[in-house]
Amino acid sequence: MSQRITIDPVTRIEGHAKITVQVDEAGRVEDAHFHVTQVRGFEKFCEGRPFTEMPSLMARICGICPVSHLIASSKACDALLAVRIPSTAVKLRRILNLAQILQSHALSFFYLSAPDLLLGMDADPTQRNIFGILAQHPEMARDGIRLRSIGQQIIEMLGGKRIHPAWVVPGGVSEPLTAEKRELMLAMLPESREITLRALQWFKSILPQYQEEIASFANFPSLFLGMVGAENELEHYDGSWRLVRSDGEVVADRLDPLQYQSFIEEKVENWTYLKSPFYKPLGEREGMYRVGPLARLLVSERCGTPEADTEREEMLATYKEVHTGSFFYHYARLIEMLYASERMETLLRESDILDPRVRAHAEPNQLEGIGASEAPRGSLIHHYTIDENGLIRSANLIIATGHNNLAMNRGVLQVAQRFILDSHITDGTLNRLEAVIRAFDPCLSCSTHALGEMPLHVQVFNPAGDLVNERIR
Amino acid sequence: MNTSAKKKVSVATVWLDGCSGCHMSLLDIDERLLELAASIEIVYGPFVDTKVFPEQVDLTLVEGSVSSEDDLAKIKKVREHTRVLVAMGDCAVTGNVPSLRNPFGTDKILRHIYLPNAPTEIVPRLLPSVLPVHQVVPVDIYLPGCPPSADVLYTALVELLAGRTPDMKDVTRFGK
Repeated sequence: MSQRITIDPVTRIEGHAKITVQVDEAGRVEDAHFHVTQVRGFEKFCEGRPFTEMPSLMARICGICPVSHLIASSKACDALLAVRIPSTAVKLRRILNLAQILQSHALSFFYLSAPDLLLGMDADPTQRNIFGILAQHPEMARDGIRLRSIGQQIIEMLGGKRIHPAWVVPGGVSEPLTAEKRELMLAMLPESREITLRALQWFKSILPQYQEEIASFANFPSLFLGMVGAENELEHYDGSWRLVRSDGEVVADRLDPLQYQSFIEEKVENWTYLKSPFYKPLGEREGMYRVGPLARLLVSERCGTPEADTEREEMLATYKEVHTGSFFYHYARLIEMLYASERMETLLRESDILDPRVRAHAEPNQLEGIGASEAPRGSLIHHYTIDENGLIRSANLIIATGHNNLAMNRGVLQVAQRFILDSHITDGTLNRLEAVIRAFDPCLSCSTHALGEMPLHVQVFNPAGDLVNERIR
Repeated sequence: MNTSAKKKVSVATVWLDGCSGCHMSLLDIDERLLELAASIEIVYGPFVDTKVFPEQVDLTLVEGSVSSEDDLAKIKKVREHTRVLVAMGDCAVTGNVPSLRNPFGTDKILRHIYLPNAPTEIVPRLLPSVLPVHQVVPVDIYLPGCPPSADVLYTALVELLAGRTPDMKDVTRFGK
């Protein structure tokens, strides 16, 4: 008789999920799935609320990456105001976004995945956590705590609060940066670079021990999607999207994220609350793509900061499986942390960073606005329509983690097929099924949304101002 | 009594329908985690690999409101096996943001997201209404805030570990 193995809950990830594996009588794996077991409904319950509430309300989608939602939401609201925000505000938002990438990647690497990497996939499950690291490798635990804390402290200095800061607003940011805070931030960044470089050296040294995991942790060709800047450099705040295949071919370039509905389609499965997006022109099978730190390093041509570029080039030159293997997400996360520290330092030294003009004030001038950015876990979109009073008529959210759903499911199946060889299933095998998911660093509180046709409301007025025609879809 | 011989206080953290911001705020106590690690043991929660809630836990911090059938079953089990239950953050204390779905009704929310094809296998059903924790089981300590700051959480933990009931009225915040 076939048997179903269930892992419930999946631990050391951000959110609620189960994994199931179907095994036949002979002990062979038939199928495996990653089930997201939560759904929240932000797209619906924000209807009728003032658009100015959106950045703060949408931040509550996620306590790990609230800044990502603040930024994408505020960019959508900037579009509703139809303003171009002051350039200093753009730079300050960029710093906030980078600080968040630093703290979120540090959480993923040190608190969630390091127990597998440092203590081993087969380590005693009661020790396989940050406290186990604290007991056995206190210097590594201290590094992780410190690195995450530096990111969080920068967020607090800019936004007034570590989690759910209300500082990013439609039109810019609410307060300029002070010289004193700038110095405090600049003083911390060399340390975050040093810690990251130490972690990188260590990670490179342990990679040879993880050949089995590299080979089976969602290691297959696919597309990768991410934002790039004007010269195809790594970009997290504003740019176009690029889609690259594992063999290096650029499948689509200069995609406008605002047109996402024309090239992304998604399907609903009956066994998970998380939908599965894919690149529409290629269909579900060929159109599977991955997003996030590894995708961003693969779609861009360089980081644009010296230390991160050196590390990126070394990674690409040394490990050919980077283009297929999701185990390298950990590596990419470390390189992005290095980039974040370097880039924040450059931005903080720009001559206009203390400029007091950081906010454009306006009433809504457009009834539809879309904002796109790169969250730690990948490409993020907030899309709103409002009525004449500025109340939300509809909201649509395209969340980073969702993009990886097809690849995560295929990864769970790949690990199951590699490690479940007979009916004897060890704790280490179960842990590997979870660890492949951890490599993607999914954030499931974020991840459900409604893609599809946005409601459309067109009114035609004659020169006297009378309504002559109206269409509602 | 020799402190090193003292039995560690068992602590669980539970995440229901919330954003994980309260758990992140808990991590924001930063280096003080090292100091707490000497007197507590985290026996269950998203940061550790235990899959089954232990028989007897001294202190459980609950983030989030009760939103699905899984949440409901979990919080009842947690209460049964916990000595002191703390509602951590506004979602646990009042329902907060997740409960904004209540005026619309769960069916409308699901229809909006999935049209008529809302998932039904393996995933838990959503409850008709999102509830704060105390509407389902008795709560011993309330720590409001969105999220409660790291200092609030640390102060509360230190007081509870010392066997005192923390008086949080001057340090906590609602909504902010």
